[in-house]
Amino acid sequence: MSKIIEGLKYSESHEWVKVEGNVAVIGVTDFAQKEMGDITYVDVPDVDDSFEAGEDFGALESVKASSDLYCPVSGKVVEVNEELEDAPEKVNEDAFAAWIIKVEMSDASELDALMDAAAYKAMIGE
Amino acid sequence: MKYYDKLIFECSKPGRVGYTLPANAFPKAEGLPQGLCRRQAPALPEVSEPEVVRHYTLLSQMNFGVDSGFYPLGSCTMKYNPKINEEVAAMPAFAGLHPLQSAPGAEKVLEEMDKALAEITGLSRFTFAPCAGAHGELTGLMLMRQYHLNRGDNARTKVIVPDSAHGTNPASAAVAGLEVVEVKSLSNGRVDVEALKGLLDEHVAGMMMTNPNTLGLFETQIEEIAALVHGVGGLMYYDGANMNPLMGLVRPGDMGFDIMHLNLHKTFSTPHGGGGPGSGPVGVAAPLVPCLDQIRVSAWHGNFGVILRAYAYILMLGREHLAKVGEYAVLSANYIKECLKDVYKLPIEGVCKHEFVFDGLVNDGAHDEVPGATTLDVAKRLLDFGFHAPTIYFPLLFHQALMIEPTETESKETIDAFIAVMRRIAEEAAEDPTLLQEAPHTTPVSRPDETTAARSPILTFQDA
Amino acid sequence: MSQFAYFPHTEEDVRAMLERIGVKDTDALYADVPEQFFRKHTCALGEALSEQEVREWFERLASMNPKLTVFAGAGAYDHYTPSVIPYITSRSEFLTAYTPYQCEISQGTLRYIFEYQSMICALTGLDVSNASLYDGATAAAEAMKMCVASVRKRSRVLLSEGLLPQVLDVVETYARFHGVEIGRVPVMDGRTCPGCLRAALASGDVAGVILPQINRYGLVEDHEGYAEMIHGAGALMVQYCDPSALAVLRTPAEWGADIAVGDGQSLGIPLCYGGPYLGFMAVKKEYMRKMPGRIVGQTLDKQGRRAYVLTLQAREQHIKREKATSNICSNESLMALWVTVYLSLMGPEGLKEVNRLSYDGAHYLKEQLLLSGKFEDPFPGKAFLKEFVLKPKEAPARLQERLQKAGFFAALCTEEGYVSFCVTEKRSREEVDALVQCVKEG
Repeated sequence: MSKIIEGLKYSESHEWVKVEGNVAVIGVTDFAQKEMGDITYVDVPDVDDSFEAGEDFGALESVKASSDLYCPVSGKVVEVNEELEDAPEKVNEDAFAAWIIKVEMSDASELDALMDAAAYKAMIGE
Repeated sequence: MKYYDKLIFECSKPGRVGYTLPANAFPKAEGLPQGLCRRQAPALPEVSEPEVVRHYTLLSQMNFGVDSGFYPLGSCTMKYNPKINEEVAAMPAFAGLHPLQSAPGAEKVLEEMDKALAEITGLSRFTFAPCAGAHGELTGLMLMRQYHLNRGDNARTKVIVPDSAHGTNPASAAVAGLEVVEVKSLSNGRVDVEALKGLLDEHVAGMMMTNPNTLGLFETQIEEIAALVHGVGGLMYYDGANMNPLMGLVRPGDMGFDIMHLNLHKTFSTPHGGGGPGSGPVGVAAPLVPCLDQIRVSAWHGNFGVILRAYAYILMLGREHLAKVGEYAVLSANYIKECLKDVYKLPIEGVCKHEFVFDGLVNDGAHDEVPGATTLDVAKRLLDFGFHAPTIYFPLLFHQALMIEPTETESKETIDAFIAVMRRIAEEAAEDPTLLQEAPHTTPVSRPDETTAARSPILTFQDA
Repeated sequence: MSQFAYFPHTEEDVRAMLERIGVKDTDALYADVPEQFFRKHTCALGEALSEQEVREWFERLASMNPKLTVFAGAGAYDHYTPSVIPYITSRSEFLTAYTPYQCEISQGTLRYIFEYQSMICALTGLDVSNASLYDGATAAAEAMKMCVASVRKRSRVLLSEGLLPQVLDVVETYARFHGVEIGRVPVMDGRTCPGCLRAALASGDVAGVILPQINRYGLVEDHEGYAEMIHGAGALMVQYCDPSALAVLRTPAEWGADIAVGDGQSLGIPLCYGGPYLGFMAVKKEYMRKMPGRIVGQTLDKQGRRAYVLTLQAREQHIKREKATSNICSNESLMALWVTVYLSLMGPEGLKEVNRLSYDGAHYLKEQLLLSGKFEDPFPGKAFLKEFVLKPKEAPARLQERLQKAGFFAALCTEEGYVSFCVTEKRSREEVDALVQCVKEG
């Protein structure tokens, strides 16, 4: 059983979004980290890079796989979690604590297109 | 194999040398300006000649080649590498040739190889510049685009690739500036022709195919596929990685292919060298010949030393034996498949060509909460018995893919011994999967920690 | 069925195998091949030859190549190959192995690649090397793609016109198909023109600049201040180097380069009519995950033994597919072994001495040629190592042909109407004097 947190928004590509005012804190779900296995590297963008909703902004890497990360909302990166550079295993340890980027949203209404916890739970079929 | 621990740097001692050079008979010239010189000598090892020879000999003893034993690595065509090939490649009158020198003997080799490969494949002309299979693919796709551009047809940006294709196909297409469109396979492992029809339009530059495909299955509808792709103005690209079963029997040019590459290090017996040098000559049909002069993909004439070896191989076999290569390879593959399919899952029945794919064990020993043995475990256990492992987890269509290619140069005795070991491993898995999960037991190292290697990379020697 | 030395199958074996499969002959195994394609072409190739006949045929072909004393470089150098190298590289455990997919029985290959990577880093001063690429020209093309992949939303790369012609051609071919715009920076006064470079960088859309450490005229370029200029414009600096010369020249790291590439041929690999050679690439650590090709890393196995594995594979084509920076699969592994054994034998002193001999020989030759009065020096006073160009008073093509008839491969004609010469440690004083004599007699 994967952990799912109530009150967050979820994308079909297994990112979670926590809304803090105008900023979306983005990470990957517990389900996604389990699917990847031991994560060896988190490829993150630079601060000030801009992304459209659905655009890939980085990737998770394991020994034998690479999985793109997709930005659930449009906006500009205001912070990246630099801790992950030397400790990618933090995503395995607690995927909801190991946020990846913070994005200043350009269109908060895009959040409405994302799933809530119940819908995401149904999607992953657990 | 015995474990030997040292790196050459750890054999080093200041003051030792491993070279001899002539005395300097020239007047000493004024040196380079200081600003252009490095500050410190490079940290290269200082070792005597006998130590160098012993070190690398010991390293070689931790390695396994085709000469060491059976190497059923699917899609890699690990056949015997004839020794006369090495002799001709080392001839000083070839090895000492500068690439810009006029050299009628070397030029004749390239001409004769061009003719021979055209004859074998049914295409018109070959370029020998590509240095590997992936390099050939890239070159072929550049030629595909160049052909369309020469005709003012600038809108062709898509290339269709089957979902069973090797990862290099989409990667090469992307590097050549083409957008990859995947076409699905049917449950019988062949391209879904109906799905293909839906993808065809005036934006298609061409389609890349391997035939037999990566499952070792012949694409029976190839004629229709080629006609459909040609019908919308696209070109057919043949990935020659799997040419071995067809040599002398079936020609890609006759099947409707316009461009192809060959892997001389697979089909034409040149040694793989631990991952190169290879050679990936690209052949084209007559309308594309003018495109060959419009691109330059390597510095000189490609890997000439590899081409020499392949030419020797073709001469040794002659037309009669070239046509036997595929027959024996296909015979051996089908024989192994039939002898093992009761204990390893065969996802697609029927005759295969030079290789086939199992989808893991029938009985992997799993029960209750205890997981069973995987394809990785089977592969690792094989190493204990002196066999190289098959290709594993490729193609991606099956989760436990185990891809076996025996080639024509293995005897029935070797193949029977392999079958017996594979059956024994299947029994071990059913009884005690941990024996497999902890394998290999007899090799110099066992299951290195790849996660730590990737998380905290150590990529050069660190002097302690 | 006729027997052949490479096929172990006897008639009896074939019969038994067919029987087990349940078909009557091998053609039945091709029943799925449409009839119109199977055995329809009568092969026009010759009949099989015996090994002796093959050997004799190649001896005949070999004898057609004129035997010349090489005084030419232009990207392929006639350095000495110690006899240990072919001896070691022909060991079949190395020669006949595949890419080291099964690390437990490939520690030999993995270990020498790790040593190779360490040596390339020692020569370039950079942090990370891959396991090798095809050749110098394709390594430069890979560096071009890396620049574009590393700098977001920029797709222009500048090439110095001082790069070797074959390097420019290959990089430009790759760029044309990959959608990378190429700008050229001319050479003025013997080096890549800094003013022109500054002007070209001003457009603000440049992802990288590729500069020759030794340019096509053989001149060692002074790149003081270039790194600051290039990095200031947000681009990456790539240096194309001769790795043999790196034993004495200021390193790419000391120049401030982010990426170094070049051809490893000068490290003891025979000329062999252009290949197999090896392309090398080394980068600063921050770019290692964008680097193409195999990389070997050190780790421990489950019993704590030091072990080597292919690592950082998530960059590669078999995982990233169309999103990979490069489509390259294998490297030029055996040539990496070649170079590794060479550098082990030569060590820092030997490689320095190779450069000293080449340098003194080349400077002596240039002086003698100028004394003959038959040449002008287009770059007087400029620093060079083993290769240089002169402007001949006689027609360049005629000079080259004349020397060739006398047994020298020398005075290669360049696009600018110069002729180039190269001297390595293999050229004796007698050979150099004979070449000069021959030039004078024309």
